[in-house]
Amino acid sequence: MTYIAKPKLHHPALERNGAGFTRRDYEGAISTLCAGCGHDSISAAIIHACYELNIEPHRVAKLSGIGCSSKSPTYFLGNSHGFNTVHGRMPSVLTGANLANRELIYLGVSGDGDSASIGLGQFAHVMRRGVNMVYIVMNNGVYGLTKGQFSATADRGSRSKKGAVNADAAIDLASLAILMGATFVARSFSGDKAQLVPLIKAAIAHEGASFLDVISPCVAFNNHAGSTKSYDYVREHNEAVNRLDFFTGQPPITADYAPGTLTEVEQHDGSVLRLRKLDEGYDPSDKASALAHIQEREAAGEIVTGLLYLDPKPGDLHRALNTVKAPLASLSDGELCPGAAVLERINAGLR
Amino acid sequence: MLPTDAGDPTHFRKVVDCQWACPAQTPVPEYIRLIAHGRHSDAYMVNWKSNVFPGILGRTCDRPCEPACRRGRVEDETLTGSRKEPVAICRLKRVAADYKEDIASRLPKAAFSNGRRIACVGGGPASLTVARDLAAVGYRVEIFDEGDKLGGMIRTQIPRFRLPDSVIDEECGYAIGVGDVVVSRTRVDSLKDLLGRGYDAVFVGTGAPRARALKLPGSAEGAANIHLGIDWLASVSFGHTAAIGRRVIVLGGGNTAMDCCRTARRLGGETVTVVVRSGFAEMKASPWEKEDALAEDVVILNYLAPKSFVIEGGKLAGMTFQPVRAVYAADGRRDLVPTGEPDRLIECDDVLVAVGQENAFPWIERDIGLEFLPSGLPKVDPTTFGSTLPNVFFGGDAAFGPKNIIWAVAHGHEAAVSIDRFCDGQDVAKRPPPGITVISQKMGIHEWSYDNDITVDPRTKVPHLDKAAAIGNIRAEVELGFDLQLALREARRCLNCDVQTVFSAGLCIECDACADVCPMDCITFTENGEENDLRGRLKAPALNPEQDLYVSPTLKTGRIMVKDEDVCLHCGLCAERCPTGAWDMQKYLVELTHAGCRP
Repeated sequence: MTYIAKPKLHHPALERNGAGFTRRDYEGAISTLCAGCGHDSISAAIIHACYELNIEPHRVAKLSGIGCSSKSPTYFLGNSHGFNTVHGRMPSVLTGANLANRELIYLGVSGDGDSASIGLGQFAHVMRRGVNMVYIVMNNGVYGLTKGQFSATADRGSRSKKGAVNADAAIDLASLAILMGATFVARSFSGDKAQLVPLIKAAIAHEGASFLDVISPCVAFNNHAGSTKSYDYVREHNEAVNRLDFFTGQPPITADYAPGTLTEVEQHDGSVLRLRKLDEGYDPSDKASALAHIQEREAAGEIVTGLLYLDPKPGDLHRALNTVKAPLASLSDGELCPGAAVLERINAGLR
Repeated sequence: MLPTDAGDPTHFRKVVDCQWACPAQTPVPEYIRLIAHGRHSDAYMVNWKSNVFPGILGRTCDRPCEPACRRGRVEDETLTGSRKEPVAICRLKRVAADYKEDIASRLPKAAFSNGRRIACVGGGPASLTVARDLAAVGYRVEIFDEGDKLGGMIRTQIPRFRLPDSVIDEECGYAIGVGDVVVSRTRVDSLKDLLGRGYDAVFVGTGAPRARALKLPGSAEGAANIHLGIDWLASVSFGHTAAIGRRVIVLGGGNTAMDCCRTARRLGGETVTVVVRSGFAEMKASPWEKEDALAEDVVILNYLAPKSFVIEGGKLAGMTFQPVRAVYAADGRRDLVPTGEPDRLIECDDVLVAVGQENAFPWIERDIGLEFLPSGLPKVDPTTFGSTLPNVFFGGDAAFGPKNIIWAVAHGHEAAVSIDRFCDGQDVAKRPPPGITVISQKMGIHEWSYDNDITVDPRTKVPHLDKAAAIGNIRAEVELGFDLQLALREARRCLNCDVQTVFSAGLCIECDACADVCPMDCITFTENGEENDLRGRLKAPALNPEQDLYVSPTLKTGRIMVKDEDVCLHCGLCAERCPTGAWDMQKYLVELTHAGCRP
């Protein structure tokens, strides 16, 4: 942690985005996480993505659970709405918020403990309901706040800082998210912003349940030789299946790539995802083969990153429930409580 | 780019913009920190060692440090509510002098005599610096000056309302108090004669004592009311002149012109007009001196070339000027050409001519082997300050023409080193390297031994004496100086640029924490490239080519760390957020090696 507040002075060439904000306007309080924490890099990537998307900070709601990861929303988007929920219960609070006001951009920020242990049920259900949100797991494989016990995402056979070997199987949240019905699933690494920032932007633009599993080394307890979530290990075993470029509006034409290696996908909101294939056989639109590929590579000791699965035509909770277009929060008392006569009519219809 | 050479301190010396810009290499941030701590005597001694005249310079320095100050590049107008401005370095120096305790016991004293005798011609800042440096290490120094009191141009040309006599007396006293210094109130009329008196070396610091005159129609007839600026200032300073006409014209746009017009205001000049050939911005006077003159109701007229003195009834009645405009040639050279508008008459009772100064060496024989350049200046080596006679050295305005006090001090230090080496039979061209002390400032996990919490306070203004009181009394000092509270406030604006961000590539795990937290976007991890290419693709473009990039060796991922030193706040957040200590905040205390240091 740091005692001084970040100086307000900024680079003289700092630019404003289309919404009139500088990148600094998307920052939060200075981080009190350990120096070098991967979570801080993810916070910086979120700041970058929101700046580049010209998002007005007051249009974002950031919700989190409990843990190091869930502290991090304090350190970005200081002018956005925030809610620090009960441990593992971020998805239900977020679902409620989303139902009440469908116009906000929802960032669910969670960690491997919050999502893969106490909140596993909530995680599964928010994915299968298709709540329009970006669910980011800052995944470090340990309980950092309680001094580094293995979490449920720690790989079997990996070692703790003290040398203990993890005997339990790891939960792969990305595979689980695909299985549970998430329509945008990606994995990335806190130490690779070039990959992470476009993925966050694409996830925000995706109108459905998006899930980002971001491996985020715990410098204090899980950045040692026996760890599979250390800076060195992840850099050595990172197998990106594709590189994503994100465009709002028409992307520029590039002819630098061999035919068949570029795929462009248009999303609901008109944004375009341009994927550069890095792995010949990988097709992120094919759920079954995507899952098979992830399992196969993981068995070989590799960490598959990139856009893993994408359904360009996602469903979402509001469509399923057929709610009104206007946010419920904006409806008047008269619209929300139409009165006894209407209730009578409904009841009559059910008789 | 090749990695920055960690073994060569030049990179880090250049980062301390103020010190790098100071001819005498005064460790500015070091003394500003001491002032903030209330250690005024210590701050004074840091200054005294480097620039000999802290109290004098704290009032009169031309401040090459301030335009260089990083603060002037990083401030944000919307946060400070004022324009981007440097730290008031010069006036903080005065604070050290004003609030110090008795420092007499802290001055060095020559422990023994080395038996060598040095003559210094002239008693100004250059000679006094040579005398101090050499006397402190055992030389006997004899100073020859025709004036009653030491100080040279400091004494004669700078008005007392800017610099009280007591300050000059005190600091000239410290300079000659360190050892065997003898002052002769005599004029040297022959260098040949002086050389025959068996000195081990002679230093010439006689300044640029002759004012340039202006020969125009009417000069001769109006002579009684046409005065040469520096001579007139000296005459006022010594009390020989106590009045001037009601309407005064000052010719020239330099600092001497500013001193002339402000002095004229105090001696009865009611309408004082400074007339300058160039535009206002191009005037040689320092911006603050122009401001101070304007504040005293002096009128500055630009783009007017003097044409003639108007004489009526055998007496000066005014001057005519030709309106001109600046035309720039392709090579940037400026020409002033007449605009064709009619000449302008300005009525006046007196004219002060401050259009430049010249060197004069009528006392140096031309047949003793001391060569002169066609410009009339002696042939002087810019590093050693030696002339073509091996035992004669020059410094101050006498060496390269009119400059400022701080340059004279810097020359004096270098000349003293040369004299010392010459007397010791060593090669004068070989210069001793500066002394550098590097100390990590880390005190604890989040604790540094300097104040890294950056303030957004705007530059503090120095309180001035009320205008009527100032103009009514020529000896009343106009600037009152900072009080302790204002001084502390201003000292906190210093960014501590000498506390450097030092990067150890071997420790870096490339977690991005430093790049993410840096408020100024100085740090980038990227692929290596040519400098121009790199400058364009950093996190924020590095647009100031005067400021170097700090480049690391190749890191584990094949990238390099590049830091643009230009706008770094030295807040230390990179080092605080670094998990491995790859970044550290280290103070580089650089002090020039003065005479007497034997390797």
